[in-house]
Amino acid sequence: MTKVKIYVTLRESVLDPQGSAVQGSLAKMGYNEVEDVRIGKYLEVVIGDTDRDLDVLVKEMCEKLLANTVIEDYRYEVEEAN
Amino acid sequence: MKFAVLVFPGSNCDIDMYHAIKDELGEEVEYVWHDATDLSEFDGILVPGGFSYGDYLRCGAMANQSNVMAEVKKAAEAGKPVLGVCNGFQILTEAGLLPGALLRNKNLKFMCRTVQLKVENNDTLFTNQYEAGQIINIPIAHGEGNYFCDDETLAKLKANNQIVFTYSGDNPNGSLEDIAGIVNERGNVLGMMPHPERAVDALLGSDDGLKVFKSIVKMWRESHVS
Amino acid sequence: MSASLEPTQEQIKDQKLYAGMGMSDEEFAMVEKILGRLPNWTETGLFSVMWSEHCSYKNSKPVLRKFPTKGPQVLQGPGEGAGIVDIGDEQAVVFKMESHNHPSAIEPYQGAATGVGGIIRDVFSMGARPIAMLNSLRFGELQSERGKYLFEEVVAGIAGYGNCIGIPTVGGEIQFDPCYEGNPLVNAMCVGLIDHKDIQKGIAAGTGNTVMYVGAKTGRDGIHGATFASEELSEASEEKRPAVQVGDPFMEKLLLEACLEVVKSDALVGIQDMGAAGLTSSSAEMASKAGSGVEMNLDLVPQRETGMTAYEMMLSESQERMLLVVKKGREDEIKAIFDKYGLDAVAIGHVTDDKMLRLVHKGEVVAEVPADALAEDAPVYHKPSKEPAYFAEFQAIENSEPQVADYKETLKALLQAPTIASKEWVYDQYDYQVRTNTVVAPGSDAAVLRVRGTNKGLAMTTDCNSRYIYLDPETGGKIAVAEAARNIVASGGRPLAITDCLNFGNPEKPEIFWQIEKSADGIAAACNALNSPVIGGNVSLYNERSGEAVYPTPTIGMVGLIDDLTQVTTQQVKQAGDVVYLVGETFTEFGGSELQKLVHGKIFGKAPRIDLDLEAQRQEAILTAIREGLLQSAHDVSEGGVAVALAEKTFGSDGLGVNVTLEGSAVTALFSESQSRFVVTVKEENTAAFEKIIPDAKKIGFVTDDANLSINDESGNLVTGSVEEFRSAWKGAIPCLVKSEA
Repeated sequence: MTKVKIYVTLRESVLDPQGSAVQGSLAKMGYNEVEDVRIGKYLEVVIGDTDRDLDVLVKEMCEKLLANTVIEDYRYEVEEAN
Repeated sequence: MKFAVLVFPGSNCDIDMYHAIKDELGEEVEYVWHDATDLSEFDGILVPGGFSYGDYLRCGAMANQSNVMAEVKKAAEAGKPVLGVCNGFQILTEAGLLPGALLRNKNLKFMCRTVQLKVENNDTLFTNQYEAGQIINIPIAHGEGNYFCDDETLAKLKANNQIVFTYSGDNPNGSLEDIAGIVNERGNVLGMMPHPERAVDALLGSDDGLKVFKSIVKMWRESHVS
Repeated sequence: MSASLEPTQEQIKDQKLYAGMGMSDEEFAMVEKILGRLPNWTETGLFSVMWSEHCSYKNSKPVLRKFPTKGPQVLQGPGEGAGIVDIGDEQAVVFKMESHNHPSAIEPYQGAATGVGGIIRDVFSMGARPIAMLNSLRFGELQSERGKYLFEEVVAGIAGYGNCIGIPTVGGEIQFDPCYEGNPLVNAMCVGLIDHKDIQKGIAAGTGNTVMYVGAKTGRDGIHGATFASEELSEASEEKRPAVQVGDPFMEKLLLEACLEVVKSDALVGIQDMGAAGLTSSSAEMASKAGSGVEMNLDLVPQRETGMTAYEMMLSESQERMLLVVKKGREDEIKAIFDKYGLDAVAIGHVTDDKMLRLVHKGEVVAEVPADALAEDAPVYHKPSKEPAYFAEFQAIENSEPQVADYKETLKALLQAPTIASKEWVYDQYDYQVRTNTVVAPGSDAAVLRVRGTNKGLAMTTDCNSRYIYLDPETGGKIAVAEAARNIVASGGRPLAITDCLNFGNPEKPEIFWQIEKSADGIAAACNALNSPVIGGNVSLYNERSGEAVYPTPTIGMVGLIDDLTQVTTQQVKQAGDVVYLVGETFTEFGGSELQKLVHGKIFGKAPRIDLDLEAQRQEAILTAIREGLLQSAHDVSEGGVAVALAEKTFGSDGLGVNVTLEGSAVTALFSESQSRFVVTVKEENTAAFEKIIPDAKKIGFVTDDANLSINDESGNLVTGSVEEFRSAWKGAIPCLVKSEA
């Protein structure tokens, strides 16, 4: 089995009101050094035995469902699991 | 004219769409479950609001993977009218039938209220019963209705008159250029965040939305003179 | 904990381990006697949770017996998932209100969300289509960060669940008082509609029939939630977090649609929500109500986590689950319906005739107890009751007027008091229109929904002024019901019945138990006088934080029937030139009033008096006037008195105002909270007909077209200002409080 850690984030040009709100709260708490906050999603996908190329598989899943490339970017890390 | 109201797991404005067509318009209408593989018997496709798949992951993302969406694309290619409202609009953008995407409202909260819309383009399949520039009262009810697209897409939308409705006065959700509803290039697919099907009976506050449906039927009748 | 590590029967007894589950020594001895042996760990768990106050009402049963529960309109009284009232045409309305206070205090978003989910399941488990939600909420005064957090998150949780499942949240009420700071109240009410033929019951009847588990899988969440709800909150409560569950409205939407398909099948025998005490309460209660027994194989229970013990499965409060009893041999029909929605539907046991709840796990019988003993035979306690010292002191205080320097500024301050201020910031987040039946949206006296396919409407409201109840529980209890009825009547409806949520402090304190008893007396009297029996509800005790109880808060949820949708009436004035009438007498009554709170910073004295015969008579007269088409608008007079009622009547009326002249002492005329009063407007040409129906109605002025609010007395002007000036104060108050820094 393989564990794939996928990070989906809003593209840079897209406004992130949730991130702005968190940044505002941090500033209110005195963390004035915080310059920006962007919120994204983290997914753990456990993949069983497969003949398919893992990179092709993961990219396909990301582009078809897990991320909306109109507004989101994604990246991933592959980790061998037990 | 025969309408299909698509039902995804988690759709919840399906009943409103259904009754708007049946009770107020007097046309034929059927619910169609998301695993349907044939929509050829229908003349118009309505993609209702709600929370398909709980809006988990991303609004509309998982509904877009349903069997029926391939049929919706076929219907759109065949020139049939396809109307997506609220979650339906989100599904149509996920499906690539309409450009852009819907982001979270700028105030991060769900909002339910009646807003004023301006009819920007009354020369469409969906708006021919309105006056150009007419201001209408239509309810909104959404948490992610903040329309976004890149500059190039926006330029195209403007050049082709694809922006059909804009918010008049207050922009409730932060939408780009106050956009509330757009059509595709061909003009037969409309997506809008406000709910015309909730504004079909003056008893409930407004019947300004009825003309969206009347427009569809009028155009269909004109092209199907028997 | 794995089963092998569970304490032995002797350890449970010798080390009094049952006490940690909230069971007393006497109760443990009763269990031992019932079983004729010592209970094992699982059995001890079953008894402790079923005998908790939350499930058994052991402390409140003697009080609940005071309530009238019958009437020709009542099809189902208390005892099932929800009560049912006939509305004619072979249709009925199903409703119930329930509290989720403790979970909301710990995790406000999920606590409120799962409260909403639970009450919706209660309604659709009866076979009814849920059509509306209301919420009765109580918070501290939005002065602390924690208080604002609780408020915002509870509202977000209600919105998150209700919007997603697609049931409109159409009304309710919110009050703010420091007594709720550490222990907010979250009472959710669901209203459903049903055809008589579809009414279901939670019974496990027919020996050999199959017990099916449907819906979400079982996890370790919420174990001992019912016990948790039956204890006072303390600092340590934060650490009992596992008792809070996470709601999944999408799952519930699927469960709802599947169950409403299933109730159409004659293969279904009984259905019940797995609410508090989950699998234990649903199975034991269904068996007990049918006079049967149930045997279940826990290996078959769909599980979300591995290695769960029998104890954990039986006490889990995982959400979005139901227990069904299905005719033997027809399981596949039922399963096919759930399959369509992608839901688990698994046969986990069968109905027996030996009246036992028997649980098998990994091939062994792990529990075997009489179902009745769990469900029906819980001990009942008659708690000692004692009139608190404060009551006599308050009764001895003569009514007097608070000092007011500037009437206009006082009115504005009252309009900005969070309890009176506009709740638009809240209901803007609720989808109150979905399913397109909402005729009167939030913001008027009661919400009104049409009954599709008929010309009828349902009016619904929740009410409870806990300040009056604190000062004088019996009078306050009467007022709570009367005010709910006033809201229904002012909207054009005839009250049908009520549901209640009795929120009180620790009943083991005699002064608290006195509050419970007295307010129940008041509620019962008003229900009788206003012909509105109690068809269900719940009890939430131990609402205390660090030893301080909340005000006694028995919230009332009421539904009324509007025979003809043309009779729907709202509070806003409609047309310039209409005559404004005040119905009902005004006395100097400020005990527990908003003005008293504003001026003195606390409440004291007597609650406003109420004469229930007069109340009933007046409500009947208002309803007659509405039915004869004589009222343009109607609004009851409540918190803040006539001045606030008049201001509210102008809000949302396009460009209109009112100009009135009141009699008597100015402070009393403007701000007294005397009961049984309405402000109505009548077209000039209808005034004679109206005065015939209500001869003692006082003509106080006119609706104007100048968008000004002008209130005078014989000696001159008391209050003048633009409607917009008052409206912006009223509308802006809550958003301003939420945003401000504590």
